[in-house]
Amino acid sequence: MNYLWAGMILIGVVYGAFTGNLTAVTKQALNSAGEAVTLCITMAGVMAFWVGLMEIAQQAGIIRGLSARLDPVLSFLFPDIPKGHKAREAIATNVVANFFGLGWAATPAGLSAMKELKKLQKPEDTDASDAMCDFLILNISSLQFIPVNMIAYRSQYGSVNPSRIVGPAIVATTISTAAAIIFMKIRRGLAK
Amino acid sequence: MKFILFLSEAIIPIFIFCIVAAGISRKRNVYDEFVNGAVKGLKTVFEIAPTLIGLMVAVGILRASGFLDFIAEILGTIFQASHFPAELVPLAIVKMFSSSAATGLLLDIFKESGTDSRNGLIASIMLSSTETIFYTMSVYFMSAGVKRTRYTLAGAMVAAFAGMAASVWLADYIL
Repeated sequence: MNYLWAGMILIGVVYGAFTGNLTAVTKQALNSAGEAVTLCITMAGVMAFWVGLMEIAQQAGIIRGLSARLDPVLSFLFPDIPKGHKAREAIATNVVANFFGLGWAATPAGLSAMKELKKLQKPEDTDASDAMCDFLILNISSLQFIPVNMIAYRSQYGSVNPSRIVGPAIVATTISTAAAIIFMKIRRGLAK
Repeated sequence: MKFILFLSEAIIPIFIFCIVAAGISRKRNVYDEFVNGAVKGLKTVFEIAPTLIGLMVAVGILRASGFLDFIAEILGTIFQASHFPAELVPLAIVKMFSSSAATGLLLDIFKESGTDSRNGLIASIMLSSTETIFYTMSVYFMSAGVKRTRYTLAGAMVAAFAGMAASVWLADYIL
C-alpha cells in the first residue's frame, strides 16, 4: 500500500511535468481532497443508517439464527472440520456478516476461524490446510447481499437509480462464489 | 432479467421492513439499538476518511497528469479482442491489492463516464462481486502463521475472473 500510494503520486507528478499538465495536477489534487470529504459526509448518513439497522438484526438474533442454519452447508463445503468444532461457528458468522455487508463484524470472525483451523493442524505445520485454502477462496469470492457502499458512491455521483445494480450484483457475486465452490470441489476430486 | 431489476428496486425496502418487524416482534428496544449501531457506522466512516482523502488525491493527480489515459491506451490494444473495456483494466488489477485504492479509481470512472454508463455499471457490479485477493490472503494467513498458501491464489483468481466476466455480461444486459 505504501509503495502503491507513493508510486501513484510520484508517477503522476513526473508524468504531468513531461506532458505539461502540472497546472491541472495542482488543481486536481486540491479538488480531489475536497471531494473526498464531501463523499464521506454522504457516506456517513448511509453507513450510520445501515449499521444501525444491522444492530437491530443482530440483537434480534437474526444473524445468529442464520449462522446456525448454515451448518449443513458447511458440512458439504468443509468435510474435514469435525462437527461442533469452534471453527464452524466462526466460519458461519464470517459468511453471514459478509452477506449483509458487515465488514467490521466479518473480519474478526474470519480471523478467529483461521486460528481455530490452525488448531486442527500439527503445531509445526506452516502449510495452509485444505480447509484454510477453501475458506479463504470462499471468503474472497464474497457472497454479498446488498453492496451498501456502492449504492452510496453511486448516489453521490449523480446516478438516477443508485440501487439499479443490486440485482445484477447479487447475480455476479453468486456466479463468483459458485465458481469458487466448483473449483474447491474439482480440486478435492483431483487430489483423491 | 425483469425479475433482477424488480429485485433491485424492492429488495432494500423489504429488507428494512423485515428487520424492524423481527426486532419489534421480539419486543426489543429497536430505536435504541438503531442509534447504538448508527454510532458505530459513523465511526467507521470517519476512520476511513483520511485514507479516502489520500487515495482520491493520488488518483486525481494520476488522472490529471494524463498517465491513466496513457495506460488505458496501451492496454486497450491488448484487450480489444475481449469485451472488457480498457479503461477498467487498471481498476480490475488494483482491486486485487487494495479495495480503498480501487474505490479511488471507481469514483474517477464515475466522474469521467458517469455512474450509469456501460463502464460505470460494469465497475459497480464488478467491485460488488469480489473481495480484495492479496490483502485478504496476507491478513488471514499471517494471523494463522501460515507460510505456504498452496492453491488459495489460483482458486481466488478463478472466482475473481468469473465475477468480472459476469459483470460485463450483466451490465450489457441491463443497459
